[in-house]
Amino acid sequence: MSKLALITKGFLKENPTFVLVLGMCPTLATTTSAMNGLEMGLATMFVLILSNIVISLIAPVVPDKVHIPVYIVVIATFVTLLQLLMQAYVPEVYETLGLFIPLIVVNCIVLGRAEAFANKNTVGDSALDGIGIGLGFTVSLVVIGIVREILGSGSVFGWKFIPGDGILAFVMAPGAFIVLGYLMVLFNKLAKR
Amino acid sequence: MDYLLIIISAVFVNNIVLAQFLGVCPFLGVSNKLSTATGMSGAVCFVITLATVVTYLLNRYLLVPFGLEFLQTIAFILVIASLVQMVEIILKKISPSLYQALGIFLPLITTNCAVLGVAITVVSKEFNFGSGPHMMNLAEATVYAIATSLGYGLAMVLFAGMREQLARSSVPAAFKGLPIAFITVGIMALAFLGFSGIV
Repeated sequence: MSKLALITKGFLKENPTFVLVLGMCPTLATTTSAMNGLEMGLATMFVLILSNIVISLIAPVVPDKVHIPVYIVVIATFVTLLQLLMQAYVPEVYETLGLFIPLIVVNCIVLGRAEAFANKNTVGDSALDGIGIGLGFTVSLVVIGIVREILGSGSVFGWKFIPGDGILAFVMAPGAFIVLGYLMVLFNKLAKR
Repeated sequence: MDYLLIIISAVFVNNIVLAQFLGVCPFLGVSNKLSTATGMSGAVCFVITLATVVTYLLNRYLLVPFGLEFLQTIAFILVIASLVQMVEIILKKISPSLYQALGIFLPLITTNCAVLGVAITVVSKEFNFGSGPHMMNLAEATVYAIATSLGYGLAMVLFAGMREQLARSSVPAAFKGLPIAFITVGIMALAFLGFSGIV
């Protein structure tokens, strides 16, 4: 696979949200606005790239029987690093995303890429794979966030262009499921063309 | 009375799947059939309760006294992973029939974010019932864990029932499979929103 394809596959062919349907919990929970979606996507990408790099380096020496626990510890280490960095530099973002930052540990995208790609590819390719899938995830979260923010509060990235309150349900839990469902339908339609 | 409030709040008002978005992947994965949904709910209930008690004690008596709270994420996920493994081994020895029933679901639970989510929630969130805002004690944490997993089971069994109907009805091609499932869960969550305000 060419280097460019590694980066662009996350958008359509192997889109983690709409095609692979992985990491649904943060996707649904943190997309109340476009900005929150962007922040969550970038946080996941950080862990994804670093854990992909380290796992591709250590994979040859890790015994097969214990590879899952080893990978989880690597991922958890980077998540802890991310938690400490965010608490230090962007405490208000850390506060908004809350529980879903530590939960990156159990995000199936990260462990999924470790298992499906990083453990049998070179360091460079694994890093690019992390960037590609991370970008695809971030873009999907931003798209869902934009739709929910427009419907729910009449704004995009905090810029309000529809006066009034918006449809509150779209900021709350039901809206997340419904918007994701309809965006999947749209994605299926467009992908089939 | 406090415990009753915790239970109602965790099962209906703040349902773990429909309001907190935890454990959505297995929720969609195994809700195709009513029987697997019940099996998974049983296994999740067992593991969430056990994991919450163990991680609560670990946090209270090991991490906090030694100032190691930053290790929470790593310590908790390791405890959960080994706990699941241990439950599997013990169950196989003691109760083969229960192992048969829960067997295939147990390994899946390590990656169920509901388990880690509940474990982190009970040690980090202030809690508003009874004598004002306070951190949960062990009894409250246990009740909260049991109630949360009951809520998970309730949502899963209800949804599995609907999904069995969905499989037989005709839906447009682009909606087939997961999209229509998501929209159905959305409508279900809308119904559960009606419980907000009773606690």
